[in-house]
Amino acid sequence: MTGPLTGSPSTVAPQNPDAGPDEVMTITASRLLRDGEIVFAGIGQPLVAAAVAKRRQAPHLTVLLEGGMIGIEFLPGELPASTNEVRAAVGAQMMTNAADIFLMAQRGFFDYGLIGAAQVDRYGNVNTSIVGDPEHPLVRLPGPGGANDIASMCNRVVVVTQHETRRFVDHVDFVTSPGFLFGGSSRRDSGLRHGGPAWVVTDLALLDFDEVSHRMRVRALQAGADLAQVRAATGFDLLVHADLVHLPPVEDAELAVLRHLVNGDVSDSQETPR
Amino acid sequence: MSPRLATSGVEDARIELEGLRRAGGDKLTTAAEAVRRLVPDDAVVGVGGTNHARTPMALLFEVLRQGRTGLTMTRPLSCFEAELLLATGMADRIMTSWVGIGHGWGLAPVVRHLVESGHAAFEEWSHLGIGLRYKAGAMGVPFLPTVSMLGSDIGARLDLAKVTCPYTGALLNAVPSLNPGVALVHVQRADRLGNAQIDGYQLMDADLALAARRVIITAEEIVATDELRLDPARTVIPGFAVDAVVHQPMGAYPHECYGRYEADLDEFTAYMRAVKAGGVDGARAYVARIVAHRDHDAYLASIAPERLAAVRRTAEEMMPR
Repeated sequence: MTGPLTGSPSTVAPQNPDAGPDEVMTITASRLLRDGEIVFAGIGQPLVAAAVAKRRQAPHLTVLLEGGMIGIEFLPGELPASTNEVRAAVGAQMMTNAADIFLMAQRGFFDYGLIGAAQVDRYGNVNTSIVGDPEHPLVRLPGPGGANDIASMCNRVVVVTQHETRRFVDHVDFVTSPGFLFGGSSRRDSGLRHGGPAWVVTDLALLDFDEVSHRMRVRALQAGADLAQVRAATGFDLLVHADLVHLPPVEDAELAVLRHLVNGDVSDSQETPR
Repeated sequence: MSPRLATSGVEDARIELEGLRRAGGDKLTTAAEAVRRLVPDDAVVGVGGTNHARTPMALLFEVLRQGRTGLTMTRPLSCFEAELLLATGMADRIMTSWVGIGHGWGLAPVVRHLVESGHAAFEEWSHLGIGLRYKAGAMGVPFLPTVSMLGSDIGARLDLAKVTCPYTGALLNAVPSLNPGVALVHVQRADRLGNAQIDGYQLMDADLALAARRVIITAEEIVATDELRLDPARTVIPGFAVDAVVHQPMGAYPHECYGRYEADLDEFTAYMRAVKAGGVDGARAYVARIVAHRDHDAYLASIAPERLAAVRRTAEEMMPR
C-alpha cells in the first residue's frame, strides 16, 4: 500500500511526466483514504479520488454522495456527472433521502469529507459562493451544494484544488464552508465542536494545519516541486513542517486506474454514447 | 433575527389544513388546470427533485406558459430551470444551496448575470439548511437546531438566529421552517387520490410535499390504489397532502427520472447555445419556443422520437437486475 507520506527529503524523484496536474492532485487525494473508512465525496476530482482509492488500497471504502447514496460502486467510463442522478444511484447499497444523509454526517458517522474550492485561506476556510463583495458580487459562483455541511460535520475534511495565488488567498471573500475560521479555538467557539480541515491537496504540495494556531502548513511537496514554487503560488505566509518530505511520484498503475475509471474502455464508450 | 426569516408558516399552514378536505376524491386533472388553480402570483414555489434529477419540468413549463410574477423558487440544488424562471421575470428570487448547468457547461450564466447585476436575489443556504426548512415545515415545528452553517458567512448573511441547548449549553443554528405556498413534485407513480411512490433517490420531496400548503403531483403512471398496496413502503407522499394529480409521462424531460429516462444532453446544448448567442434574451427565446406548444405532450411530440427512445433506453439499461 502506498501511504501519502512514504517519500523523504533525500528522494527527490521527478514527477511522472505522463501525469497532468489534475491527475497528480486526484491521485494524491486518493492515497489519503484508508480501507474500511467512510468518505463523503463531492462531484469532480473528489469523487474520482474516492473511486481510485477503492480500486487500489481501499476496496472496502464506503463512498457516500449528497443525493443520499451510500456505498456506491463505480463503473469505468460511467462516473456520474452529478451527485444527484441515476448514474450515482445505481449500485448503491442504500439510498436515504438528501436530508438524512447530512443528518448522518451530523451524527458523526463519516471519516472524511472531500471538497473542492474556488478560494481557500490560511485557516482552511473555503469559498465557492462569491468573488468580491457579497452585496455586489463580482462573480456569483454556484454555492456550497453539500460542501458547507460536509465541512461542518465530517471528521476530517480534505480540500482538493489547484495551487494558484488567486485560489490561495489571505482571507476568502466569503466563508462558504468553514475551516478553522480565524484560527486557534475559533472554530470550536462558533459551535463546531468536531472535525475541521485535515489536508489540502494541490498539484504542488500536500498541506495540513498547525495543531494549535490552525494555520496552514506545508507537510510534503509533490515530486518535482520545490518550496519556492509553493510559496510563489500562495497569497499568504505558509508554515512549513519540520519534517518536510517529498511525495513519491504518481505511479503508472495509479494513472492507469484513474484513466480507466474516467474514460472507460474504448469499446464501452462506443456502446454507451453520452 | 431577520424579520424576513420570522415564520408564522407552520401555524398558518396548520390552521389552513382544517379547511382543506383532501383525503378522498379524484384529483386527476391537467397541468394547465392545476397550475391555474394552485400557483398564484407571488407564491413561494417549492420545486421537487434536485439539479437535473426528477425536476417537475412539465409543471414549470406550464407556469412559464401561463405567466406569473413575483415568484420565489426554492430548491436544494438547481439547474437551468432556475434560469428560465428568472430570465422571464416570473421569479425574482431563488432559495438554494447551488445553481449550475453541469455536464461540462459549468456556471449558470443567466443566474450569474441577473444576480451580479442586482436584478435577482440568490438566497444562499446550505443543502441541509434547505432540507431542515422543509423538515421543520413538515414536522409542524417553527425551527430545527443544527450545526450546519455555523461559523460561515452563509449563516451570517441570512442573519440566522442561534439557540443554546437548554440541556447541554451547546450552540446551534436555529433553521426556520418553510411551508412553501405550493410544491411541484414529479414521481414515477401515483393513484388518483395523490398517494405517490418514488423510485430511486428520494431527495427532499416527501418533506417538501408535507410542508407545502398546496401540492401538485405529476406522475409517469397513474395506477390503482391496490397496486400501491403491493409495496406501501414506497409510497412517500400521502394523498391527504395532495391537491392535484396530473398524468404526465416524461414529465421531468429534458431532465432525468430514475429508472425511466436520463437527461437529454442535446436539450442542455440547445439551451446553452441559445444563451451563448443571446444572453438573457436567448433564455427567453428558448422558453418561448417550448411554451408555444400547447402542452408538454405537444412539446415531447416535437422532439425526434429516437432521441426520446435513446434517453429511455440508457436509463432502463442501467437498472440493477
